[in-house]
Amino acid sequence: MSDTGHSIEEIKKHVRVYMFVFASLAVLTVVTVVVGYLELPFAPALIVALLIATVKAGLVAAYFMHLVSEEQIVRWLVWLSLGLLLAMFLILSVYYVDQGGTEIFGF
Amino acid sequence: MQIPFTVAPRPDTGVNNAKLGVWLFLASEVMLFGGLFSAYIFLRIGAPEWPGMVGGHAYERASDILNVPLATLNTMVLIGSSVTMVMSWASLAMQRFDRYRLYMGATIALGFVFLVVKAFEYGEKFSHGYLPAENNFLAIYFVLTGLHGLHVIGGILVNMYFMWPGARMWKTDPKRFTNRIEIAGLYWHFVDLVWIFLFPTIYLL
Amino acid sequence: MADHAAVPEGHHGEDGHHESFWRKYIFSTDHKVIGIQYGITSLLFLLFGFSLVMLMRWQLAYPGQPVPLIGWLFSDDTMPGGVMLPEFYNQLGAMHGTIMVFLGIVPLAVGAFGNYVVPLQIGAPDMAFPKLNMASYWVFFVGGVIMLGSFFVPAGAAKAGWTSYAPLSVIESMGQTMWLISMVFLITSSLLGAVNFLTTIVQLRADGMGFMQMPFFVWAQFITSFLLLLAFPPLEAAAVLQLSDRLLDTSFFMPSGLVVSGEVVDVAGGGSPLLWQHLFWFLAHPEVYVLVLPAMGIVAEIIANNARKPLKGYKVLVYSLVFLGFMSFIVWAHHMFITGMGQVMSTFFQTTTMIISIPSVIILTALFLSLWGGSIRFTTPMLFALGFLPMFGIGGLTGLPLGLAATDIPLHDTYYVIGHFHYVVAPGTILALMGGIYYWFPKMTGRTMNDTLGKIHFWGTLVSMNFIFFPMLIQGLAGVSRRLYDGGQIYAHAQDVLVYNEVMSIAAWVLFVFQIPFIVNLLVSMKKGKAAADNHWNATTLEWSAAPSPPVGHGNFRDLPTVYRDPYEYSHPDHDEDYWPQDVPPAEASEN
Ligand code: HEM
Ligand SMILES: [Cu+2]
Repeated sequence: MSDTGHSIEEIKKHVRVYMFVFASLAVLTVVTVVVGYLELPFAPALIVALLIATVKAGLVAAYFMHLVSEEQIVRWLVWLSLGLLLAMFLILSVYYVDQGGTEIFGF
Repeated sequence: MQIPFTVAPRPDTGVNNAKLGVWLFLASEVMLFGGLFSAYIFLRIGAPEWPGMVGGHAYERASDILNVPLATLNTMVLIGSSVTMVMSWASLAMQRFDRYRLYMGATIALGFVFLVVKAFEYGEKFSHGYLPAENNFLAIYFVLTGLHGLHVIGGILVNMYFMWPGARMWKTDPKRFTNRIEIAGLYWHFVDLVWIFLFPTIYLL
Repeated sequence: MADHAAVPEGHHGEDGHHESFWRKYIFSTDHKVIGIQYGITSLLFLLFGFSLVMLMRWQLAYPGQPVPLIGWLFSDDTMPGGVMLPEFYNQLGAMHGTIMVFLGIVPLAVGAFGNYVVPLQIGAPDMAFPKLNMASYWVFFVGGVIMLGSFFVPAGAAKAGWTSYAPLSVIESMGQTMWLISMVFLITSSLLGAVNFLTTIVQLRADGMGFMQMPFFVWAQFITSFLLLLAFPPLEAAAVLQLSDRLLDTSFFMPSGLVVSGEVVDVAGGGSPLLWQHLFWFLAHPEVYVLVLPAMGIVAEIIANNARKPLKGYKVLVYSLVFLGFMSFIVWAHHMFITGMGQVMSTFFQTTTMIISIPSVIILTALFLSLWGGSIRFTTPMLFALGFLPMFGIGGLTGLPLGLAATDIPLHDTYYVIGHFHYVVAPGTILALMGGIYYWFPKMTGRTMNDTLGKIHFWGTLVSMNFIFFPMLIQGLAGVSRRLYDGGQIYAHAQDVLVYNEVMSIAAWVLFVFQIPFIVNLLVSMKKGKAAADNHWNATTLEWSAAPSPPVGHGNFRDLPTVYRDPYEYSHPDHDEDYWPQDVPPAEASEN
C-alpha cells in the first residue's frame, strides 16, 4: 500500500476486512487449542498446528501488515527472508536425520 | 540538507525510506527468531523425550507443564492488540485523531495485559522451582518467550512514544505521522506473528 | 574548481559554523564524518590485533623464552618474567581473530568505505537514516570497548578462539561473557548499518541511476549488507543462548554427562555442541564474503580507473555477485565435515561449495580481463589492486581442498586452514583496503598521499605477507595443528617444518616495520600533502566528478547530480577525453 491518498471510503472498506480477519484469527486460535486437547499423535498434531499457525500468520501479514497491496520490493524481501528461513530449517533437520540413528518426529 | 523520500514514496520503488527500513529490520528479525526456532527444532529432534523430566516427573506433553488457558488468553490479547493497532492507523487515515488516541491507548493497555499475564505465568513456574536450568524444554520456553517478551516491551515503548510526545507531529506533519503509525504497526504485528508460532509449537506440541 | 583543498578541513558547509565541536566531529550525523570515525577506529583495532599476533609470533618462534624489550610490561598472570603462559597465548589468539574480523576488517570495509563512498557514488546527500548511522557507530564503539575491557576481568579475555565453540566456551572464565555481550553490540551495530545501506542504495540513487548504472563498489556493498542483515541474526540468537548457558545454567550447548577435569559437570544436559557450530557458521560463512566483497568492489573501481577501460563484463560481474550472495547461505557446513555428518549432507555441502567457487572465479577473471589492452597507470592504489588479484587467487584456490570432505578431513584444524584464510583476508582484503585508502584519500582530505612512501609500503607489505602466510600452508600440509602454544615443538611430525616458525615471525615483524611509512604518510599527508583536484584520478564515478574534494559539508553536492550513462565510460570512442563522467550531460560533454 503506497502512502498516497486513501479515500475515507477505502479505509472504511479496510476496516470491515480487519474485523473479519480478527474474527477468523479468534476462531483459528480456538481451533488450535481444541485440536491440542484432542491429544492426536505427534505427526498429525504438528501438521495441523503448523498449518493453522501459517494461515493465521498469513492473515496478519496480508491484511494487518498490508502485504496484499504492498509494493513489489517489499514482497520480494519477505520471500527472500522466508526462503532463507526454510532452507535453514530444512538443512538442519536433514542434517540430523542423515547422521543416522535419529528419527525426525517419529516419521 | 533534506533527505529525499522521507515522506513521499520514491516513484520507482513505490515506498518511502522508513517503510523500506522497517521491512528490512523485520527481515532480520525473521532470521533472529528463525535461529531460535532452529535451535528448538535441533534440540527437540535430538531429545529422547519431550518435555522430559521436570521436577522429578517425566512429562509426556508440554501442555501438562505449561498453562494453556493463560496462553490462549494471551494469544487473544495480542491478536486484539493487533486489531486496535491497525485501527489506530485507519483512524488517522480517516483524519480522526480522537479515535486514534483511543485505539492506541487500547493497544498499549493490551500490551501491558499480555506482560502481566506472562509475569503471572512465569511466577507460577518459579514457585514450583521450574527454572530454565531444569531441562532443555524449560530453557527453550523461557528463552523464547523471554525474548518475545522483550520485543513486546520494546513495542509498548514505541507505542507510548507515539501516544504522547510523538503525537505532536500530527499537528505539524500529519502525513508523516500517519506513516509512522503504520510503521510502528508493522513492528507490532510482527511481534504478534511470532507469538502465533510460539504458542502452538511450545505450548501445544 | 580545484581550490577547496586549501580551505582547512570542515569549514565548508553553510551551516558549518553553527554546529558545536561535539555535534560536528563526535556525534555527527554526516556520513562522511561517521565514515572517518569508523576508519580511524578500525585502523587502530587492526593495529592492535596485529600487535597481539606479533606477540604470539615470538612465542611460536622461540617457545618459552622471555619476550625481549616489552616482556616486563606484562603482569604475572599473563607473562611472568616475560615468558608467555599458555592461557595468555589462548587469549591473544582468540582476541586476534575476533578483533581482526569483527572490529578491524568489517568496520573498515563496510563502516568506513561503505559510509564514506556509497552515498557519494550514488549521488545522495547522505544516508537515508543519518541518526541511525550515528547510533550504529556508537554501538560498535561500545562493543569494541567491552571487547578490549575483557582483557582486564579475572582470568582475562576469552580463550575459546574466535569461533567460541561449545562446550569449552560455556565453561570458560568471565572473559567469554564479555565476548558474548560485545558480540551482541557488534551485531546490533551491523544490523543498523545494513538497514541503512540497503535503504540508501534502493531509495537515494540519483536521477537516472538504475541498478545497472551503479558502480560495482556500490553493488558489492549492497550484497554485503544483505549478508549482514540476514546472516548475523542467527549468531545473535546463538549468543543469547550461550549467554543463557553461562549465566542461567541452561544446557543448550551442553551435552549430557560432560566431564571436565575429572568431574561430571552439574547441568541438566541434553544440549548439542553442534548446534552452536551450525548457528555460528550460518553467520560465519557469509561473514567471509562480507570480508571479501567490499574488497572486490574497491579493486574493481581502482582497476577500471587505472586501466582506463570499462570493466569487462559488468553485468556478469553483478550477476555473479548476486548469485554468490545467495549461495553463501547454504554452504556453511563445509566447516563441519568432521562432525560426523552423513553422506547426503556431506554431498550437498560439497556440491554447493564447488558451485559457489564459480562466481568468485568469474569475478576474478573479469577483473583480470579488464586489464587486457588497457593503458595501465601504475599508481599506488593500482599496485595494491593488482596485488590483490593473485593473492586472492591463492586464497581461493587453497580453499577448494577444504571444500571437499576427503581432503578437508586431514587438513581441518591445521595451519593449512590458517594459511588459506589469511591469504584471502590479509594479502587479499587488506591490500585492497589499503589501495582504497590511497585511492579515496584525495577525496576525503583534498590532498594526495606520497607516492614513494606508498610504493615502499606496497612492496614491503606484499613480500613480507607472503613470507608469513606461505609457510603456514607448508606446515599445515605437514600436519601441524593450529592453536598450538609451542608452534608444534612437541610433535615428531612437525620437526621438519619447525624452521619456518622463525621465518614467519621475522616476516611478521618486518611487516610491521613496513606499516610505518604508511602511518607516517597518512598522518603527514593530511596536513602537508599536495593539493588534489576535485577529480584527482580523472574518474567517471560521481564521487569524483560531481563533488568537490572534500565534498561540501552536510549534503555532499552543490547540486544533486543526474546520471546519463554507465559507470565506467573510459576511453569511449564518442568522447574526446579518455573519461566520460556519469553526470556529464550528453550535449556539452567536455565541461567539468
Ligand atoms: C597481518 C598479519 C597477521 C598475522 C601475522 C596473523 C597471524 C595469525 C596466526 C599465527 C594465527 C594462528 C594462531 C594460532 O593458531 O595459534 C592467526 C589466527 C587467526 N587470524 Fe590472523 N594474522 C594476521 C592478520 C589477520 C587478519 C587481517 C585477519 C582478519 C580477518 C585475521 C584473522 C585470524 C583469525 C580469525 C584467526 C583464527 C583465530 C582462532 O584460532 O580462533 N588475521 N593469525
Ligand atoms: Cu565457509
